[in-house]
Amino acid sequence: MLALLAAASQPENLSILSPASPSAESIKGLLILVCAITGGILVLVEGILIYALVRSRRRAGRDDAEPPQVYGSKPIEIAWTVAPGIVVFVLVLLVGRVLWEVRPDADKPPPGAKPLYVTVVGHQWWWEYRYDSYDGRELGITTANELHIPVSEPGKPPRPVYLNLQSADVCHSFWVPRLGGKTDLLPGRANTMWLQADQTGLFLGQCAEYCGTQHANMLLRVVVESPEEFERYLAEEAKPAIDPTEKTALADKNTFRSLSCVNCHTIRDKQDTRVNGTFGPDLTHLMARKTIASGMVENTPENLRKWVLSPNSIKPGCLMSGFELNEREMNSVIGYLKSLK
Amino acid sequence: MATAEIEPAATATPSPPPWTATLHEWLVTVDHKKIGVLYVLMAVFFLLIGGAAALLMRIQLWAPQLTFLPPITFNQFFTLHGTTMVFFVGMPVLIGIANYAIPLMIGARDMAFPRMNAFGFWTTFFGAVLVYFSFLVPGGPPAIGWFAYAPLTENSFARGPGVDCWALGLIVSGIGTTTGAMNFIATILCMRCPGMTLRKVPFFVWVMFWTSLQIVVVMPPLTAALTMLEFDRQLGAHFFDTQAGGSAYLWQHLFWFFGHPEVYILVLPAFGMISEVVPVFSRKVLFGYEFMAAATAAIVVISLGVWAHHMFSVGMSRTLDLFFVAATMLVSIPTGIKLFNWLATVYGGKLVLKSPMLFALGFLSMFVIGGLTGVILACAPIDFQVTDTYFVVGHFHWVLIGGTLFGVFSAIHYWYPKVTGRMLSERLARWQFWLFIIGFIVTFAPMHIAGILGMPRRIYTYGSDRPWEIWNQIATIGALIQAPSYLIFAYNLVVSLWKGDVAGDDPWDAWTLEWATTSPPPPYNFAVIPTVKSRRPLWDLKHPDDPDWKYE
Repeated sequence: MLALLAAASQPENLSILSPASPSAESIKGLLILVCAITGGILVLVEGILIYALVRSRRRAGRDDAEPPQVYGSKPIEIAWTVAPGIVVFVLVLLVGRVLWEVRPDADKPPPGAKPLYVTVVGHQWWWEYRYDSYDGRELGITTANELHIPVSEPGKPPRPVYLNLQSADVCHSFWVPRLGGKTDLLPGRANTMWLQADQTGLFLGQCAEYCGTQHANMLLRVVVESPEEFERYLAEEAKPAIDPTEKTALADKNTFRSLSCVNCHTIRDKQDTRVNGTFGPDLTHLMARKTIASGMVENTPENLRKWVLSPNSIKPGCLMSGFELNEREMNSVIGYLKSLK
Repeated sequence: MATAEIEPAATATPSPPPWTATLHEWLVTVDHKKIGVLYVLMAVFFLLIGGAAALLMRIQLWAPQLTFLPPITFNQFFTLHGTTMVFFVGMPVLIGIANYAIPLMIGARDMAFPRMNAFGFWTTFFGAVLVYFSFLVPGGPPAIGWFAYAPLTENSFARGPGVDCWALGLIVSGIGTTTGAMNFIATILCMRCPGMTLRKVPFFVWVMFWTSLQIVVVMPPLTAALTMLEFDRQLGAHFFDTQAGGSAYLWQHLFWFFGHPEVYILVLPAFGMISEVVPVFSRKVLFGYEFMAAATAAIVVISLGVWAHHMFSVGMSRTLDLFFVAATMLVSIPTGIKLFNWLATVYGGKLVLKSPMLFALGFLSMFVIGGLTGVILACAPIDFQVTDTYFVVGHFHWVLIGGTLFGVFSAIHYWYPKVTGRMLSERLARWQFWLFIIGFIVTFAPMHIAGILGMPRRIYTYGSDRPWEIWNQIATIGALIQAPSYLIFAYNLVVSLWKGDVAGDDPWDAWTLEWATTSPPPPYNFAVIPTVKSRRPLWDLKHPDDPDWKYE
């Protein structure tokens, strides 16, 4: 069990006991301390109970007389009121300290830090990420479902990430256990959340506030990269979609543009702003993402085809409809989507 | 009261009345005892329904990506499971037992308002029927979770009338609960027998008095919130309609201002029941009655100011978070006082290990665990991690089963002989107890681990890349162990009516007034209203050389 709990750093590990960020680390410390205190109380109480039972069991049946009636004792009562009171007082102070550690002010990053600001919008049932600025640079990139952030290397300036959490529909909650506690996304309210990763790698999580039919499959993927990789990622994502020149590819694109896909999806394009729906995920660099359907299935051509044909067969209840595309349209759409590197 | 005049006390009539007459009698009764039994039967019925829903959900979670239940059905089931267990099992069973016991315990002939008492039961019952009526409407039952966070409940996201059935059903049953609470307050204040000052009421009565006050304070905000929701849905208001400037945050505050004290409404009466059973089966007076009484009042008052600990992740300020951390932790002090006093009552006693005490000991050993995981959750930073995960699911089931349900089973095994004149089968009770406690631990302990490993609650399935399968399988096995215990319980309740040993007036050699009358008691409870001098009038009677009133 311990091996499972503390297991190594595979992405399958979502344990809050394997922290990869300063805030998750201090919460783990607090958790262990509080568990030790409550565990001590538990052992004490159960011990007293068992001792009292054994004693009173032994007395039973010895004679018919009732045991001595003890009505109470003021000193004892005061003792077991004051003792928990002291424990509570100490606990509140400890909690206060950790609370201020894990919830720093978003508008005041530590001196020398290179903060990344991302607006996260929860949708039924996927995540929209708008990269606002990084180290003072305006970004204006929109993507979905896979969040890339830079790692904070030891001995170098920290690269804190501040999420501005909003919702387009109902309440959601952003939770990647190894990177810290969760914060809800409420419609009509903007929350902030501090994220800072100490290790590179893929960190999984999922929506933690019930948000409707597919709450279970509103999955989160956070990719923590070295600052150099992250710069490359930003550069790639900032580019507009590849403009096809070859004849069939051009035809595929035109077919896509003629279908209802454009009402919900955006594909950033220098000349053409027709594909500008905002109800669904931005597809400009769809092929840069490892998964589709908010992390449910791998982003392979077969899955993509299955998804476009009938989203409900993969994610029952999902808000994207299958549009009854014919074989020719389907081939064109998949062909075009595959080109969105 | 009318029944008291019509029905003779002795049941010497040779031929039983026709079943239609019996049915009519039960439907129109205003006798607190019959109403109490109706409440308990309603609760047992809904316990089996809510339990069946839970079992189906546990099967769905047996392995990753099962398609045993479709997502919408699963979401409807956990909504109904939570709503049912809180509103149609927990509160009715507690109110029902109190309804039966309290007039007897204070030496009264009935509740203060017998007709309102019947009204309270039937509104509670029809509220439940209205919620379940949602099975017959287009779209079926609501899929919103029992705390129904806005705006998922608004027309934009829940188009069918299921949410309306749910909201109206809870408004209606809430009216029943509130009238019931007012009736308890009036009864306890005005109907006590001569000599029984408020300082001399049996402890269960004291606890029900404070619980009733709490109900009267917190049910109206729920009713208001549900009414606002119906205004939104039916009359085009925008209280929680975020797309028109309504507030999702407001719903959470309104709901939890009711929702947290509700937890205490569900557990305090169980505290009272335990405080009756533990002394009788330890053969000792309740240790520290006054401190216990003060602790009860303290829990009621403090718990009115802790609701936002359900909302730590909602993005309140750190200062506000810390306030609710401190308030929540404060509740653990009076709760601890109670626990220590029960232990002190057992200590130095002479244990009688009959079924009521068995369940009471289950309560003492299990409730403390739920309380302590509550302390862990009260630490806001830890809560940021584990709130809305299976850790929370494990925690509150540990409180509501380890606390409330163990207390209720203890109380039912304790008072069943009084209600029916027959003893429950000890053999079946032991089978029930051991299956129940083992199944309970095996079900809910692994949930804490699943939560720490990152499993959110209310997910109808999970990916095979998630490390949760084994913990879910253990939990499902636990549920399968638990399930027969409820059936054994229901069977025992029925079969002991005929096969149980005759109980006599006072089978446990107990000390409160309900044991001074016959089993079952006559419609008028007491031929002569008793006069008492202490908290344990029957102790005084049985030990004239060493009466309680000398020491109180």
